[in-house]
Amino acid sequence: MNLLFKNGRLVDPASGTDERMDLLVEEGKITAMGRGIPESRSGKGSSPKEPSFPFLLRGGVIDCTGKVLVPGCIDMHCHLREPGFEYKETIESGSSAAAAGGYTSLACMANTYPVNDNRAVTEYILRKAREKGCTRVFPIGAVTKELKGESLAEIGELKDAGVVALSDDGRPLMNSGLLRRAMEYARGFGLTIISHCEELHLANQGVMNEGFMSTLLGLRGIPSAAEEVMVLRDIALAELTGASLHVAHVSTAGSLRAIREAKARGIKVSAETAPHYFSLTDEAVEGYDPNTKMNPPLRTAKDVTAIIAGLKDGTLDAIATDHAPQTAIEKDVEFDQAAFGIIGLETALPLTLRLVHEGHLTLMEAVEKLTLQPARILGLDLGRLKVGMDADLTLIDLERPKTIEVSQFKSKSRNSPFQGWKVKGVAVLTVVAGRVVYHDPGIF
Amino acid sequence: MANDLDRAVSRTISDKPSRRLAGKDLLGIQKIDVSEIELILDTAESFKEISNREIKKVPTLRGKTVINLFYEPSTRTRTSFEIAAKRLSADAINISTSASSVTKGETLIDTAKNLEAMNPDCIVIRHSSSGAPHLLARVMHVPVINAGDGAHEHPTQALLDLFTVREKKGKLAGLKIAIVGDILHSRVARSNIHGFIKMGAEVHLAGPRTMMPAGIERMGIHWHASLLELIPDADVIMMLRIQLERQGGGFFPTLREYSRLFGLNLEVLKAAKPDVLIMHPGPMNRGVEISPEVADGPYSVILDQVTNGVAVRMALLYLLVGGEREADRSSL
Repeated sequence: MNLLFKNGRLVDPASGTDERMDLLVEEGKITAMGRGIPESRSGKGSSPKEPSFPFLLRGGVIDCTGKVLVPGCIDMHCHLREPGFEYKETIESGSSAAAAGGYTSLACMANTYPVNDNRAVTEYILRKAREKGCTRVFPIGAVTKELKGESLAEIGELKDAGVVALSDDGRPLMNSGLLRRAMEYARGFGLTIISHCEELHLANQGVMNEGFMSTLLGLRGIPSAAEEVMVLRDIALAELTGASLHVAHVSTAGSLRAIREAKARGIKVSAETAPHYFSLTDEAVEGYDPNTKMNPPLRTAKDVTAIIAGLKDGTLDAIATDHAPQTAIEKDVEFDQAAFGIIGLETALPLTLRLVHEGHLTLMEAVEKLTLQPARILGLDLGRLKVGMDADLTLIDLERPKTIEVSQFKSKSRNSPFQGWKVKGVAVLTVVAGRVVYHDPGIF
Repeated sequence: MANDLDRAVSRTISDKPSRRLAGKDLLGIQKIDVSEIELILDTAESFKEISNREIKKVPTLRGKTVINLFYEPSTRTRTSFEIAAKRLSADAINISTSASSVTKGETLIDTAKNLEAMNPDCIVIRHSSSGAPHLLARVMHVPVINAGDGAHEHPTQALLDLFTVREKKGKLAGLKIAIVGDILHSRVARSNIHGFIKMGAEVHLAGPRTMMPAGIERMGIHWHASLLELIPDADVIMMLRIQLERQGGGFFPTLREYSRLFGLNLEVLKAAKPDVLIMHPGPMNRGVEISPEVADGPYSVILDQVTNGVAVRMALLYLLVGGEREADRSSL
């Protein structure tokens, strides 16, 4: 069905647009943007796949007064757990969670079982996404076979099967020589390597940030240097090989300094952080809640300040969720025994908007890091509001208050440290290729 | 005579403590305040004499059940808790990992829920994971006592150390306490640092810098690179066990070098004050961190620590378990 978004505040970082106008979607594409688009153009061409939402019964006109319409959010770093760990998440549940959180596209990491290191797994993920997913899903292929860090995966075949980037996320590639070859090889296919920066000897089986808090809590610490030495190494290798490097989940002030310096020298490096790294510090670990355990770990207030500054000055290009579903079996245990990781698809947007409400980022900057930049890094023709493009849209109510309640999540897992947080600003409608995949029942 | 004492004590020790600790549990020294520490030490003082009687038992906690849930081997602490419970007429049940469903893979939370279903009055837990007692305390309604969790805290050890020093020195404030050795992996050190500083003492640490955890200075301690540096001014020297397996972890080159730099022997002790107290939480590596002559010498209060452990744990059980529980009252 054609949809007409009336009187919304359109924010499009690619064109720098931030003004009130209408946006028309016909047959899944944006066909007109501007003021005063007549309502007669909406409501036609219903699709049998679509459920009949109340607002669609009103002729496909969506009153966006007081709301913000942005390109659909793109999460360039999540774990959908399928195949292999369907008890934690599936492509179906993960993409539903994504839609509810305002995301229209997901790039999912390769640490499934079996690992996404070959065509069969990539194609399986893409097929599942077509059949069961409500958002777009872009698989990320493994750099090395079975993520073992021993020999290269068949990168050419992965590219052909449809991966959009390469990463051994969750496992750092400790062999620098092999990473060098991977970067050179991947460059030939135009694929970016997404690096999980963690020097394992320094991390030394730590479970939280090393510092005063780990000392008080008697938990084994992971020093900032465990991340920073690998960021520096990977930058040096990116410089050596000319490959494009993307640093995943940046958590420390030192990593930011290194990336900032590398960018200034023109090295092809981009970087992301995740909402928990600008929303929480290692003090949250007090009480030993395993939902405050992730890798890299929550750092100090100084790091949080640096991360926010890095988002502001562009050192950090993107905000990703690192959505890592884990169930009670992995999380309702002793802190040091618990699995790493938290889910983020249904909390990332409001946590990012906190930075806007607190004046750290403009709305334009925040939207850019959730849309245009991830699209650019992954080479996707998405993330902008433009006539002729697929209509991937997120409608945001900036002022809508919400208490985060994990039991309401669409994700199969509940491992979030943000339970009970009061936030302001949520996605109220999510559209993928002109199809409504989520609507806030309290509004529509 | 014993009957007189018994009557005397039963006059002073009622079944229900007149004051209690603020929390349901004792998870660490960090979270309790000075008045609570004083309450425990004062209560322990009145209990200490019971252990010297011919019949070492008072009826204070009769009908109560204390479960000692030990996920790590322990001789001293487990026995001490068991004796403390029994001298108060509580029933003490001991569970160690090899004898429970833990080996079958039951989670701590499930174990806790099953134990709680049998209606105990107190759980004493020792666990190799820091924070395990907190997990238990969160899911259980009965008091949980931390008998040592990972490298986090060992609060009853610190309380018995405070008790011993106060007993010998008549005070805690103003004393200089030296703690020597592996602070990084030591829950005893953490609890004692919190405890002695709260009570107004100064805490000085010595040990290889590799075994000083990050940001330790922020706990209010003074670090010394050399043992000799802190010996002359110390009122108390507490030697920590050096775990022999740390030798391979890159924390120090060899036990030989460790012992030479941080071992306490008669030669080093010559520089100490004449009334210095030597402490060790045990178990000792004789000849490594402490020489046998020092451990068994006149300054050593190592066995007094063990004796006092029973009194302190009796006090704690009494303060946490004595009288009706909140839950019992609310169900009336």
